[in-house]
Amino acid sequence: MIFLKAFLVGGLICVAVQLLMDLTNFKVTPGHVLVGLVTAGVALSAVGIYEPLVKFAGAGATVPLSGLGHILAQGAIKGVDRGGLLGAFNGGVAAAAAGITAAVVFGYFAALLFKPKG
Amino acid sequence: MTAAKKVGAQTVAFAVPPVVSATATVVGAKEGQGPLGNTFDKVIDDPYCGEESWEKAERRLLQEAFEMTLNKANLKPRDVDYLLAGDLLNQIISANFVARALAIPFIGLYGACSTIYEGLAVGAMLIDGGFAANILVGSSSHYSTAEKQFRFPTEQGVQRTPTAQWTVTGAGALLLTATGTGPRVTHATIGRVVDLGSGDPYNMGAAMAPAAADTMVHHLTDTQRRVEDYDLLLTGDLGIYGKELLEELMRSYGHDLSERHNDCGILIFDRENQDVHAGGSGCGCPATVTCGFIMQKLRERKLNRVLGVGTGALMSPLTTGQGETIPTVGHAVVLEA
Repeated sequence: MIFLKAFLVGGLICVAVQLLMDLTNFKVTPGHVLVGLVTAGVALSAVGIYEPLVKFAGAGATVPLSGLGHILAQGAIKGVDRGGLLGAFNGGVAAAAAGITAAVVFGYFAALLFKPKG
Repeated sequence: MTAAKKVGAQTVAFAVPPVVSATATVVGAKEGQGPLGNTFDKVIDDPYCGEESWEKAERRLLQEAFEMTLNKANLKPRDVDYLLAGDLLNQIISANFVARALAIPFIGLYGACSTIYEGLAVGAMLIDGGFAANILVGSSSHYSTAEKQFRFPTEQGVQRTPTAQWTVTGAGALLLTATGTGPRVTHATIGRVVDLGSGDPYNMGAAMAPAAADTMVHHLTDTQRRVEDYDLLLTGDLGIYGKELLEELMRSYGHDLSERHNDCGILIFDRENQDVHAGGSGCGCPATVTCGFIMQKLRERKLNRVLGVGTGALMSPLTTGQGETIPTVGHAVVLEA
C-alpha cells in the first residue's frame, strides 16, 4: 500500500511541475523548477503541511526536490530549539548533510567509473 | 569615392568569381543516419572521435575536414594563403587549435552558426581583391560541446523544449581558389546585426529569422534580383519555426519564398524519426550541408544558382543569464554552378 501511495504522491508532484513547464510555454525552466520545488518544500514544511504528506506517502514525498526543502525547514526549526538563532542558520544544512555528502560521494564515483555518452 | 565592386548598400559583386574547388565534410553518427547521410565524406560513430574529451573530438572533426579538402585538391598546408575558421566554443578554440596544427596563416572568425558563410564571403573578397590565391574556409560544432557551452551539460538530462534544435556534430571545409573548376562565388551580402527582442536560447530559429530576412531583402534590392532568379534560397539553421517565420517576414516585404526556400537545419535530420525537435543547428549544420549536399548539386548542375544565407545567434551564456535578448546576423553568398 505504501508503494502505491508513494507512487501517487511522488507522481502527482512531478505531473504538477511538468504541467507548469508545458503550460507556461516553457518560460518555467528546469532551473526554476529546481529552486521552486525546494522553496515550496521549505514553505509547506514550515506551515506543517509537508510532514503529514511524508507520513502518508514516504519516499513519494521525500524523494522529489520538495523533500529536500522539507528537511532543510525541519532542520532549521530543530536547530533553533537546540541553539537559538544560530541554529536557524546551521540546522538546515546539518539535517541535509547525509544527502549532500551522498551526492558528492556518489557523484565522484559515478564520474570515476563512467564516461558520459553525450 | 565609391568602392568599385560594391553593389547597393551591403552587397559586393566579384569581378572574377572565386571558385570552390574542393570541399570535405566529416559528421557524427546521428548526422550520418540522417537523410543527407550519403552526401558526407566521412561519418565518425564515436562521439569522442577516439579523443579524451568532446572538445578534442570537435577539433578532430574540423582538422580532418581541412586535411581531406587539401588532399582532394592535392595541396599541402604551405600552399594555402589563409585559413579562415571559427566555431561556437569560447575563444573559438576548435578553430584556434586546428590552426596551430595546420600552421597556415590564420584569420579566426566568429559568426556563430553563420561562420562558414562569413568565411566564404571574406575569403572570396580576399581572393578577388588579389590578396590570396588559395584559401581554406571551415567551421565545426559538436552536440555535446555546444550543449555544455550554451545550455546544460547533457549528463544533467534537462528536458528540451519543442522549439529547441539539435546541434549538429560535424565539420565542413572548402577550398576557395582564384582559378579552377567548381561552383563559383559571385556575390556576397554582409549582414547587419538584428535583434527583435527574442531572448529564448531554446528558440534560436525564431531569433535568427529576422536577420536572415534582413540580409535576403537587402541582397535582392542591392542586386535588383527576384526570388525567382534563384533555384534555391538556403538558410543556415532556422529549423521549422524559424523557416515559417522567415517566409512570413519575406511575404511582408513582398517576396514569396514558398517553393524555393529550404533550411540546412531541416535538410540534415529526419525530424519525425530522429527526435531533433525543431531541426538541426550549430556551425556544423550549414557547413556540412553546404560543403556536402549543396556543392554536390551545384557540381551536378541540379542547382544552378543558390543564395545561401548563414544565420548566427550572437549571444553568450553570460548575456542570456543577464536577461539580454539575442542579437543575430545573416551573411549571404551567391553560389553558381
